[in-house]
Amino acid sequence: MTAALDVRLGTVWKKPPFIKKRSTRILILVMVVIYVFMATIGTRGVANYLAVFGIVEEGFKFGVVDRYLTGIDVNWSRIQRGMARGMQFIGGFFHPDFNTHWVDIKQGMYESVVMTIASTVVGIAISIPIALGAARNIAPLPVYLICRFIITISRALNELIVAIILVAILGFGPLAGFITLSFATIGFLAKLLAEEIEDMNKVQAEAVESTGANWLQRVNFGVQPQVMPRLIGLSMYRLDINFRESAVLGLVGAGGIGATLNTAFDRYEFSTVAAILLIIIGTVMVLEYLSGIIRARIK
Amino acid sequence: MPQIEKNGVKVWQVRDRKSQLTRWGMWFVLVLVFVWSWQVISDNTLWALMGNVGEVTIDITSRAMPPRWSYMDKLWKPIWDTLNIATLGTVISLMIAVPVAFMAARNTTPSRLFVRPIALLIIVSSRSVNSLIWALLLVSIVGPGVFAGLIAISIRSIGFCAKLLYEAIEEIDENQVEAITATGATRWQIMVYGIIPQIMPAFAGIAVFRWDINIRESTVLGLVGAGGIGLQLSSSLNTIAWPQVSLILLIILVAVVISEWVSAKVRGAII
Amino acid sequence: MLQLNGLTKVYSTGDKALSDVTLTIPNGQVLALIGPSGAGKSTLIRCINRLVEPTSGSAILDDINITTLGAGGLRKQRRRMGMIFQEYALVERLTVMENVLSGRLGYVGFWRSFLRKFPQSDVDAAYRLLDRVGLLEMADKRADELSGGQRQRVGICRALIQDPSLLLVDEPTASLDPKTSRQIMRLICELCEERGLAAIINIHDVALAQMFVERVVGLESGKVVFDGGPDELTPEVLTQIYGEEDWEATIEAVDEEDNEGADA
Repeated sequence: MTAALDVRLGTVWKKPPFIKKRSTRILILVMVVIYVFMATIGTRGVANYLAVFGIVEEGFKFGVVDRYLTGIDVNWSRIQRGMARGMQFIGGFFHPDFNTHWVDIKQGMYESVVMTIASTVVGIAISIPIALGAARNIAPLPVYLICRFIITISRALNELIVAIILVAILGFGPLAGFITLSFATIGFLAKLLAEEIEDMNKVQAEAVESTGANWLQRVNFGVQPQVMPRLIGLSMYRLDINFRESAVLGLVGAGGIGATLNTAFDRYEFSTVAAILLIIIGTVMVLEYLSGIIRARIK
Repeated sequence: MPQIEKNGVKVWQVRDRKSQLTRWGMWFVLVLVFVWSWQVISDNTLWALMGNVGEVTIDITSRAMPPRWSYMDKLWKPIWDTLNIATLGTVISLMIAVPVAFMAARNTTPSRLFVRPIALLIIVSSRSVNSLIWALLLVSIVGPGVFAGLIAISIRSIGFCAKLLYEAIEEIDENQVEAITATGATRWQIMVYGIIPQIMPAFAGIAVFRWDINIRESTVLGLVGAGGIGLQLSSSLNTIAWPQVSLILLIILVAVVISEWVSAKVRGAII
Repeated sequence: MLQLNGLTKVYSTGDKALSDVTLTIPNGQVLALIGPSGAGKSTLIRCINRLVEPTSGSAILDDINITTLGAGGLRKQRRRMGMIFQEYALVERLTVMENVLSGRLGYVGFWRSFLRKFPQSDVDAAYRLLDRVGLLEMADKRADELSGGQRQRVGICRALIQDPSLLLVDEPTASLDPKTSRQIMRLICELCEERGLAAIINIHDVALAQMFVERVVGLESGKVVFDGGPDELTPEVLTQIYGEEDWEATIEAVDEEDNEGADA
């Protein structure tokens, strides 16, 4: 022991690095630095700086990458002009205007709420069979693959993109929004529910199976009681998400408060914008509070 | 076990009559609300136009296929922009979310009465508003472009990251903090030795998780003029160039799949 | 020398954890604090280095009144009181070496500690201590890779590298198996003797306390009810501290174990 100590005494101690290999460490660092430069000032910006230090000539070009690896253009004079509007926006929150466009706000909120409720209910109703199909421990392989595919597609497609396509097919209005949100609910709910079913206690389901129950009875007695609290919790959470999403679907013409909001932005009516945002935030907070209570109840 | 008498025979039931009634009542209300909601949607829909939905779908699909691959040349830059909005936006938001989270966590806040409510207010207002609405606002303030999208994503992500992070801070093991305090360490040393090592895994997980979400969100920011590939999507839609739309949608799908794969890998490596 | 004068702690819930505790611990004395759960043992040692603020009374370490110190002064005095914890309280995600060196935080500026650039004398001291407790090879392992006994040894190193004049030890063996418990207690007592350290050791296990310490203080409902040598712990005394129980067995067991120890 003492020999080992003698070797160590007087030697410098350093924290062992997170990435053990020195060359890998340096490579990653260099790549990060290059990326940050490319992403912020772009190759042209880098060329300008290099020219300042005399490393390359004035007006040096990296070639074709200059067209692609551009940085972020910040138009400071435009921002300066826009600042006044920013102040108006903040000011709008101190005197929100509920009255001028109250009829539009009311109609938009009405549509948003209706879309939220209908799509959550339909979404849940479709999610449950898909979740059962996507749980490997109770579904046969072909069904499993089909259900997983539906979930993956639903999760990969942004709500707004689905809404755009549906508006193109079905025309403007809340129907497109309703279908969009129902579809999005499936990806969210079915995935989490399927994971819950896969994680559940096997013994209970086996006990029911050993009584000679058929598939439906097994699901009803062995699976349902175990995942019910989680299902209710997730549904409440999704209701909350659907409402938030319904507030932006209007931007692409799929109904709801978003359309009213978009119009207000276009007209620079920041007091109305503030009023609408306050209503959205208020509703979200009420929903969060309610879902908190319900989730605590069922636990 | 509740039992009721039926024709003089005792019948076993799962629930007694009162809770049975409440249950039916709740289902009834739920159905009623749903029917009403559906009614409203139906009233606002022109069903007359729905007759040819099938034809329209087939028509659009046939026109969108095959995707216009040559358009790809115009998409490299927007793809690069989209990646940058998501990545830099995540980095910027984390830089702000960390101090906010420390101010919001009950066990690290400098003052529960003044600082904590302010931090919580920042978190709530950032979280309640969708990034697209932030983008809408920022486009009208700083003008259209990547910069507006970057700031919108950053602002939206602050609340998300700060909330998850402050919950992680509140769940740390106080014994470890106490042990560092007992050595005579200063407030900042306690932070670096007692608290940060404990929240590091949570922090990395949150960062990667949010980056994944930001990739998805930054693909659509262009719809309101805030840069990225959504801008091309929007202009292709406006000119009804379906082959370009299908190409862009394909790219977005691929990007989402890749980002999910990357974040899963990184999370696996850290934890 | 540590003097406690009328130390009292009332929690904001109204629970009186300590009432009027007065004790004097001379330099180099190892003292065991026994008593049932909730008697205020943990509160007492935390009131000394003010991890818990005492409500009234004073703790005086070598003529310095710790209870009235400001934040800076308190940090300086905390350096002189090493603390060892029940659940080891190592920072799990840091290496063994970082955990040991964290004992020097009170002596090192923020940036040096942030960059892990501790003075060479501290690094050498850490190596010596790790060698003393037999964990030198583990220096760059992460703390959560160690077993319970090993972690507690690292905890001891962290306390000792502070170069303290007093050790505050909170249930050092509560999470360990009987054999490791004895090894840890023996180690703590040996180190105290080597360095002439005073120590206050909170301990559940009466038998273990009797085996190693020279003085035992019994605490019950926040009051000192016994103060004497380990052999003065009669069944009557134990009943007074813990309540009615057949104590003969406990004490006999200790005697046997002691004899065994002597034979070996």
